Amino acid sequence: MNRLVDRRLSGKNRSAVNRQRFLRRFKAQIRKAASEVVSGRKVTDLERGEKISIPSKDLSEPIFHHGPGGRRNIVLPGNRDFVTGDRVDRPEGGGGTGSGGGPADESMDDFVFELSKEEFMDYFFQDLALPDLVKKQLAAVPEVKKARAGFVSQGNPSNLHVVRSMKQAIGRRLAMAAGPRDALREAEEKLAELEANGLGASAEADELREEIASFKARLAAVPFIDTWDLRYANRVDQPTPSSQAVMFCLMDVSGSMDEDRKNIAKRFFMLLYLFLTKSYERIDVVFIRHHTVAKEVGEEDFFSSRESGGTVVSSALELMRDIILERYPSANWNIYAAQASDGDNWEDDSPRCRELLHSILPLTQYFAYVEIEAEEPQSLWHEYERVKAASPRFAMQRILTLEDIYPVFRELFRKKVA
Amino acid sequence: MEPEMESEIAPTPPATSRQPLSEGSEWSFELLDCYDREIARVAAHYGLDTYPSQIEIITSEQMIDAYSSVGMPVGYHHWSYGKQFLATQKGYKRGQMGLAYEIVINSSPCIAYLMEENTMTMQALVIAHAAYGHNSFFKGNYLFRTWTDAEGILDYLVFARNYIADCEQRHGEEAVEELLDSCHALMNLGVDRYKRPTRLSMAKEQLRQTEREAYLQSQVNDLWRTLPTRQVAGQEKLAARFPSEPQENLLYFIEKNAPRLEPWQREIVRIVRKIAQYFYPQRQTQVMNEGWATFWHYTLLNHLYEEGKLTDGFMMEFLQSHTNVVYQPPYNSRHYNGINPYALGFAMFTDLRRICEHPTEEDRRWFPELAGSDWVKSLDFAMRNFKDESFIAQYLSPKLIRDFKLFTMVDDDTEEKLEVTAIHDDAGYRAVRQQLAEQYNLGNREPNIQVYEVDVFGDRSLSLRHYMHDRRPLGESTPEMLRHVARLWGYTVRIDSVDQNGVSHMTAVSEV
Repeated sequence: MNRLVDRRLSGKNRSAVNRQRFLRRFKAQIRKAASEVVSGRKVTDLERGEKISIPSKDLSEPIFHHGPGGRRNIVLPGNRDFVTGDRVDRPEGGGGTGSGGGPADESMDDFVFELSKEEFMDYFFQDLALPDLVKKQLAAVPEVKKARAGFVSQGNPSNLHVVRSMKQAIGRRLAMAAGPRDALREAEEKLAELEANGLGASAEADELREEIASFKARLAAVPFIDTWDLRYANRVDQPTPSSQAVMFCLMDVSGSMDEDRKNIAKRFFMLLYLFLTKSYERIDVVFIRHHTVAKEVGEEDFFSSRESGGTVVSSALELMRDIILERYPSANWNIYAAQASDGDNWEDDSPRCRELLHSILPLTQYFAYVEIEAEEPQSLWHEYERVKAASPRFAMQRILTLEDIYPVFRELFRKKVA
Repeated sequence: MEPEMESEIAPTPPATSRQPLSEGSEWSFELLDCYDREIARVAAHYGLDTYPSQIEIITSEQMIDAYSSVGMPVGYHHWSYGKQFLATQKGYKRGQMGLAYEIVINSSPCIAYLMEENTMTMQALVIAHAAYGHNSFFKGNYLFRTWTDAEGILDYLVFARNYIADCEQRHGEEAVEELLDSCHALMNLGVDRYKRPTRLSMAKEQLRQTEREAYLQSQVNDLWRTLPTRQVAGQEKLAARFPSEPQENLLYFIEKNAPRLEPWQREIVRIVRKIAQYFYPQRQTQVMNEGWATFWHYTLLNHLYEEGKLTDGFMMEFLQSHTNVVYQPPYNSRHYNGINPYALGFAMFTDLRRICEHPTEEDRRWFPELAGSDWVKSLDFAMRNFKDESFIAQYLSPKLIRDFKLFTMVDDDTEEKLEVTAIHDDAGYRAVRQQLAEQYNLGNREPNIQVYEVDVFGDRSLSLRHYMHDRRPLGESTPEMLRHVARLWGYTVRIDSVDQNGVSHMTAVSEV
């Protein structure tokens, strides 16, 4: 006979393993797709899942099948006006009519699926060759600290607040005793009146005495402390990042910075931003681009625009300093800066950059500089090396690929990890 | 559809008093049980013979899971199922497609899944469709009776999953995955078309598997003995031919003869082969199977309605999804995606019943033995003894060809234009019927590829032969497919396409 079985509670996610297998098998393709997605995202918008699409021909499961050609008979429904012997042109695309015949040409262009936030971040980190500890730290939910939040009537004994509980008990005792005490006073007054009138032995007086005794008993029965009175200190979780930070992104947009370099620079900014989101509650991002003059711009312009002409790095540093003084007093703001450039600078501008940095660095938490260039370092690099020697807050690195980015932040992350 | 509409207009019930089983659209376990009982009663009335069935209520997530393991209730792990899962999940989340109403598994007990989101009407529809329609087909049809073992399959799948998981532990996931990829690619060539398979059973399988490992390897070693055999002049020709006859079952041949497979690899080839064999009847009876199930859910629920057990609202909802399922878009529609097996199958069984009950003069000419016969018996006979190809060749009536407005076209690459060779008229009926039957012949749809020869004394290379049908060549996947064969075989593999006159047209080689 038939059986009805309720399976709703058993075994969800039976396909999780197969899904993992799929991701593993096509990790190269997925990684490529994911890195394209990263390029399209905003610096401040990294932490969410993503739709990934891979060309479906890359993941086909082949079978032996017929190719176009030869002679095929096809039966089709819905004839409208054909009669036997009609000759018609081949439909566009040659080969077959509809899908009546070969399964070969059923093509969807792309295979699209969703990656969760965690998986997506994984692919992002893979490119950057981050140490595991750092990955974990960046991906983790921010830590929480306990904060006092008043008192509650339930809690565990270790949080028992004695003073509060006693206050509560006093209040309760007052409230519970108020009625009988008033009645007692009234009865005593009446009794005293009766005794004063010499009626102390009357039945009425005896009744009053009895009443008085019962009131006294009720008063004595009011408990000194009761479970009602107990109060516990309340603590709630508060996320630790509780301060604000501003992040300056400085980039050279002179002609020599091509798309590839800008993409590397973008990852560099993204990584710093990600780090900051784990430590600070509120983050402002300021984009400054420069060639011979510097300008504060929105993110769109920052990555897309391209200028020609020479490069004066100090212009950007000056602008950054001005903005700090004007909008971000260092007493209230943690200031981070990331600068990306191809190393070009006017020869006599580089010493000026060093001087400017000496005045800026004390205001900042960390200043990271990457030079995306294969050739010999130029004057700016040499000047910056002197800055680095003088300040622990300054980090610099020449990078060619994405994997080279992490060392720039090594100090930063180490502090956090320790 | 007409009888219900009439009774809606004239609400006065027939002799039986209307007392519907339920009014609302919510289902409950009590109601499911009650509906199941009623449907079972009507099914018995029509003489449907079924396996006991197990109806399982699952969530949509679980349905996606079930979907992506190709309907196997227990499956080994492989990335292709993950791919299927992701595709289904995406489609479902975006609302591009609803999930299938039902998945039903050819086993005993027959397992049918119901989704918890469905309304009472849909649940009843699915119960009638899967637990009685498909179920009786699985039990009755000759292909399923000879080729599959409903009692053994669940155990065998469990065995397969454990065995493959065990291999992954021992030999690494990658190695197993590579092997499975190649086996899956050859799955369609891993079936016996003519020989009857042996029955599967878990215990026997395990016992045999250990014995076989040792024995088979010794056989293979013998075949591929490296010691030179003494060759008498003239005897070479006789010994050279291996296999002595072309072999149709490529995976079977590889399992038994591939020189370099390890015992565990042979076992995995065998597992994939067995599963392919298990699904083979389903691929041959799509139209019949779906048509049969659709015909019975329609008939059973209408019977209950006439008895007054179902409300008008129930019937409206039921008919709405029923008509969606059996809709056949014309060839030039944007929605056209081949002939809908539900539509064709349902129409054919309904038409069969009509021919039995109300034959026209034309029907008497075409189906003299059917006209006026007992329709329950005639349909039962048709269900038991045919597959799509022969079913259509036998039963597609002129009326249906007219209803579907079927016509045939010839696409010949030596001609400039397509030619319409037959339409739904007196001259065309037989041709259309024959072509449509041909279209469902798996032997024509898939390339006919056989193991032709192994160079036993030379470089051990394997020669496959593609016997061309109507000059149709192999597709562009051939080189990749040969790499898969070569991975299993271990030595060079070549394939020749040979036409009817024995002239070779194409040769592809994959060297190892």
